[in-house]
Amino acid sequence: MTTWLLIVGVGLFTYAIRLSFILFFSKAEKLPPFLLRGLRFVPIAVLSAITLPQLLLPKDVIDLSLRNPRWIAGILAALVAWRTRNVFLTIVVGMAGLWLLQLLF
Amino acid sequence: MTTPHSEFFKGVKGILPILLGVFPFGLIYGVSARGAGLSASITQVMSSIVFAGSAQFVMVQLISAGIPAGIILLTTGIINLRHTLYSASVASYLKHLRTGWKLLLAYLLTDEAYAVVITHYQQPDESAYKHWYFLGAGLGLWTTWQASTATGVLLGAQIPASWSLDFALPLTFIAVVVPVLKHRVDGIVAMVAGSCAVVAVHLPLNSGLLIATFIGIGVGMLLPTKNRKTFSDEVENGSRRSEGVRSGEGERKQ
Repeated sequence: MTTWLLIVGVGLFTYAIRLSFILFFSKAEKLPPFLLRGLRFVPIAVLSAITLPQLLLPKDVIDLSLRNPRWIAGILAALVAWRTRNVFLTIVVGMAGLWLLQLLF
Repeated sequence: MTTPHSEFFKGVKGILPILLGVFPFGLIYGVSARGAGLSASITQVMSSIVFAGSAQFVMVQLISAGIPAGIILLTTGIINLRHTLYSASVASYLKHLRTGWKLLLAYLLTDEAYAVVITHYQQPDESAYKHWYFLGAGLGLWTTWQASTATGVLLGAQIPASWSLDFALPLTFIAVVVPVLKHRVDGIVAMVAGSCAVVAVHLPLNSGLLIATFIGIGVGMLLPTKNRKTFSDEVENGSRRSEGVRSGEGERKQ
C-alpha cells in the first residue's frame, strides 16, 4: 500500500516539476536577457552532464583503458553524429563499435 | 506550409530514431524491476505515473533495499530537478497555448522528448503548430516506454547484461547533442558540464548532475561570443513567434 502511495507521490512531484515554468511561473514573463541566453545552453549542458559519466565511469571509477570500450565507442558515435547528423546511424554504429571492442578486448 | 497533422507526424518521425535507444532502456528497466522483486503491476504502472527512466531505475533499487519513502521521494525529486530547466527553456514556446495543452505537454516532458523538441523549436522555420510536433514526439516516446517496460516485464531475467543494451541511451544523447554544437562555446559548455559531472559523480543524492549542469550553463553565459545578440534573440524570437501567431501574423505569413 505504501509503495503505491510513494509511486503516486513521486509521480505528482515529477509532474509538478515538469509543469513548473510552463504553467506556474509563466507569469514571471520577461526574464532578463542574460538569463534567456543561459536557457539556450540548458539542453547541451544537461545532456552532456548525463552522458559523459556513462561513458567514462562504467563502475563509478574513471576508466580510460581498453577494458572500458564505452568511451571509445562514444567517440566513434560522436564522430558519426558530427558527420552524418543521423540519429539512427549514430546509435547503430555506436552499439556495433561497442560490441566489436568488447569482442576484441 | 505546415498543418497540425504535418507537425505531429514530423514529431513522430523526429523521435523515431531516439526510440531505438529508449526501447532497450525500458526493457532493462522492466527486467531489473522484476529482478528486484517488484510486482509486474507496480513495475508497469511506474512507467506511466512517474514516466522518468532514471528516476524509475533508482526507485527500484531504493524500494527493494527498504529505504524509507521520504528519502526515496527526496532522492527522485533531486534526480528529476533538471526537468525544471527543461520546463523553463520550453515555457516561452508554449506560452500562448491553452491550459489543456500545457498540462498535456508538461506530462510528456522527458529527457528524450525534450532533446528532440527543443532542437525543433530552435530551428528558424516558422510554424504555428510546433506544439503538435511536441505532442507527436512525446506520445511516440510514451507508447514506446510503456511497450518496452511491458516487454521487459514479460521477458523476465532473460536479457544478458553482456549485451550492454543500456549503452543505447547515452548513444541516443550523443546523437542528439553533437549536431546541435554549432558554435565553439557550445562545445566548451558540453565538455565543462560533462567533466564536472564525472568529477562530481560521488556527491550524494545525484546532486553532481545538477551542479555540473549549472556550471556548464554559467560558463556558457560568461564566455564572450561572436555575436552576443544572437542567442537571446533566438529564445525571444521563439516566444515572439508564438505570440505573433496568436495575433494572426503567423497565419498571414502562411
